[in-house]
Amino acid sequence: MTSAPVIEARALTKRFGDLVAVDGIDFEVAPGEAFGLLGPNGAGKSTTMRMIGAVSQRTSGELQVLGLNPDTEGPAIRARLGVVPQEDNLDMELSVRENLVVYGRYFGISRAECHRRADELLAFAQLEEKARTKTDDLSGGMKRRLTIARALVNEPRVLMLDEPTTGLDPQARHVLWDRLFRLKERGTTLVLTTHYMDEAEQLCDRLVVVDHGRIMAEGSPAELIRQYSSREVLELRFGSGRNAEVEPLLDPLADRVEVLPDRVLCYTDDGEDLLERVAALGLEPATSLVRRSSLEDVFLRLTGRSLIE
Amino acid sequence: MTATTSPTRRARGPWAAELGGLWSGNAGAVLGRNLRSARSTTWVIVVTGFFEPVFYLLAMGIGLGRFIGDVHTSTGATVSYAAFIAPALLAVSAMNGAVYDSTWNVFFKMHFGKLYDAMLATSLGPLDVALGEISYALLRGALYAGGFLTVMAAMGLTTSWAALLALPAAVLVAFGFASLGMAITSYMKTFQQMDWINFVMLPMFLFSATFYPVTVYPGPVQGLVKALPLWHGVELIRGLTTGAMTGALWGHVAYYVVMIALGVTFTTRRLRTMFLR
Repeated sequence: MTSAPVIEARALTKRFGDLVAVDGIDFEVAPGEAFGLLGPNGAGKSTTMRMIGAVSQRTSGELQVLGLNPDTEGPAIRARLGVVPQEDNLDMELSVRENLVVYGRYFGISRAECHRRADELLAFAQLEEKARTKTDDLSGGMKRRLTIARALVNEPRVLMLDEPTTGLDPQARHVLWDRLFRLKERGTTLVLTTHYMDEAEQLCDRLVVVDHGRIMAEGSPAELIRQYSSREVLELRFGSGRNAEVEPLLDPLADRVEVLPDRVLCYTDDGEDLLERVAALGLEPATSLVRRSSLEDVFLRLTGRSLIE
Repeated sequence: MTATTSPTRRARGPWAAELGGLWSGNAGAVLGRNLRSARSTTWVIVVTGFFEPVFYLLAMGIGLGRFIGDVHTSTGATVSYAAFIAPALLAVSAMNGAVYDSTWNVFFKMHFGKLYDAMLATSLGPLDVALGEISYALLRGALYAGGFLTVMAAMGLTTSWAALLALPAAVLVAFGFASLGMAITSYMKTFQQMDWINFVMLPMFLFSATFYPVTVYPGPVQGLVKALPLWHGVELIRGLTTGAMTGALWGHVAYYVVMIALGVTFTTRRLRTMFLR
């Protein structure tokens, strides 16, 4: 085994008419790595995923997936990828088990082998009891698990997940994360997009933050937090009228201060210490909270707080 | 680099290499999927489609036929009115069966079922999907035609041994309409556009020399009718069931071969544009 990257993109660009969806991005994904694409809606994450999955052609730039060129070797690439699209596209006319068998047949895998793998994957997705159920009758979390199981039927080297847990309840998300973690342990390369920061921190070894089709930052979750945020964050609420007033007083105390309509965020290495110094100034916040800095802080700093639609 | 030298799951089939990303020689998997999903179909609805031309045969052929007596075919043979319209209705039943699945069902799969998104994320190519869907649609056409031919034989309306060839001919007609139906459907975006298909089908059914010879029309109208696919199907099958075997039959066959080729080509191109761009 060499550690040649499974995915290599150089100046990868996709235009739809005048719209530049992906604007010259560079990245590499190493074998066995869990790589995340983070970004707000419309940042170009799904388009990037579709180009890697050889179902969308790049406008310019270079792209190699498993050493192959998606322009000319699309079917060969697709044969070795597992794809979990943003919206489930399970076959509603078939039962749960049939979904797995039929999908395996699309890859030209023998019928007997498809049946063997279907049983294995039903166990993996914890859907054995639902094998004969009509797919339409599954809950959202179960459908998602089935979609992931289906993506594994061709024993892919790379699993592509586009917003794997969007719209699921917390229980369903945790079950799903557990399944994905197991795949990672087995050495499957994971490429996922998400806008849930906890998801990225849970699953990704390395990630890029994408906005407006460009890469804003790249690194492990811990590196990104270190680079773009502080160790801790002190959240203070003075009431919506006073938050802006106190900013000049707080500014010299913290690494960085951000005033939001409902609270003030003070970025610092030691939140408790800062809170004491704030109290020493005679300021009395209505509530205060010291927490560890998260990817969400990085994300909002890099992609802004305004609503993008 | 291991990544480039490790074995790729090869596309199968003789022309897989030439057709590049379009075909993996695995249309059978798409057909297999449809046969599997057909198990949960409400069969009563499928059967009703078969009866439509049978009812026409009874009402027009037997009922109205009493007032009409015998008629002359375009090749000069004299047959009962029922025997005249029966082969036309056989072509219609093949057409109906093929069109049901290749239009509305394809439209649903394409826009709501997200079936082709899923299929084309695998190693299947658009030609696999096109051929798999079209062959499933033509199966229904063939099923209707087989049933109708049995009814015809039971009523004594097949006047020649060449009528045995009517079944493969009906399959060819079904293949043609399945290809054309799917090609047209793949360009449709709304329900309103889909209604146009019905709007064209009805007059084509009524006026394609189905119930009377094409010679009743003035010249230009004859030309128009002869340009339509159903007329070729009607003439082909009528020639076979009435034993009027002429070289013109090959012309009708050729029309269908071209129609199939165009239908499959446009469907494939359209699927590629929609799902692989």
